[in-house]
Amino acid sequence: MAVITVDCRGETCPVPLVETRKALRKAAPGDIVEVIGTHPSSKKEIPLAVQALNLTILEIREEGDVWTIRIQR
Amino acid sequence: MADKQEGRPKKATIILHSGDMDKVYSALIIGNGALAMGMDVAIYFTFWGLQRLKKGALEKGPLSKMHFLGLGKWMVKQRMKKANVASLERLMRDFKEMGGRVLACDMTMEIMGIRREDLHTEWIDDYCAVGTYIAEARDSDITLFI
Repeated sequence: MAVITVDCRGETCPVPLVETRKALRKAAPGDIVEVIGTHPSSKKEIPLAVQALNLTILEIREEGDVWTIRIQR
Repeated sequence: MADKQEGRPKKATIILHSGDMDKVYSALIIGNGALAMGMDVAIYFTFWGLQRLKKGALEKGPLSKMHFLGLGKWMVKQRMKKANVASLERLMRDFKEMGGRVLACDMTMEIMGIRREDLHTEWIDDYCAVGTYIAEARDSDITLFI
């Protein structure tokens, strides 16, 4: 069970969403994908994409303007 | 991947008729967004949109408004750079990597004298006509004309 980290701090639409999707495609069932970013809209959108893919959000954290979203693959 | 709902993934079809740079951005951002949400996506490049598939031509379109002989486009590109917006080449690469399909209109190719060798054939999944577009669009959940 691996943790795959996607660092898209400083990236803007649609890169965080795209990189999250790419990581989820590459991940094996049981892996965790951890996305770190700063773009506010992406923090709202990534959970929507996760839902559309029938996957689960484990955690959403925020420290200053950096958010971290953990997704169970 | 667990992205099937009611037996098949939701589908988005985009016709890119325009070759303007801002509109190509719209098509690729929306296409990538739909792919990221687990949809199956096809972009049909026709007329001026097809010109953008020529080698080196993806970013060559003018702005659809306020182009100001290139000054407007330059200003928008500066702002995009400042906001760290991805390039069209990168958006196309991501689009293909996530399974997006690129369809090239063969009637446009004939009318405008464009040959396959002139195009980025590595991006193109199929060369086709309106019937293929309709077959794609007919069972799409999202269809857009850009």
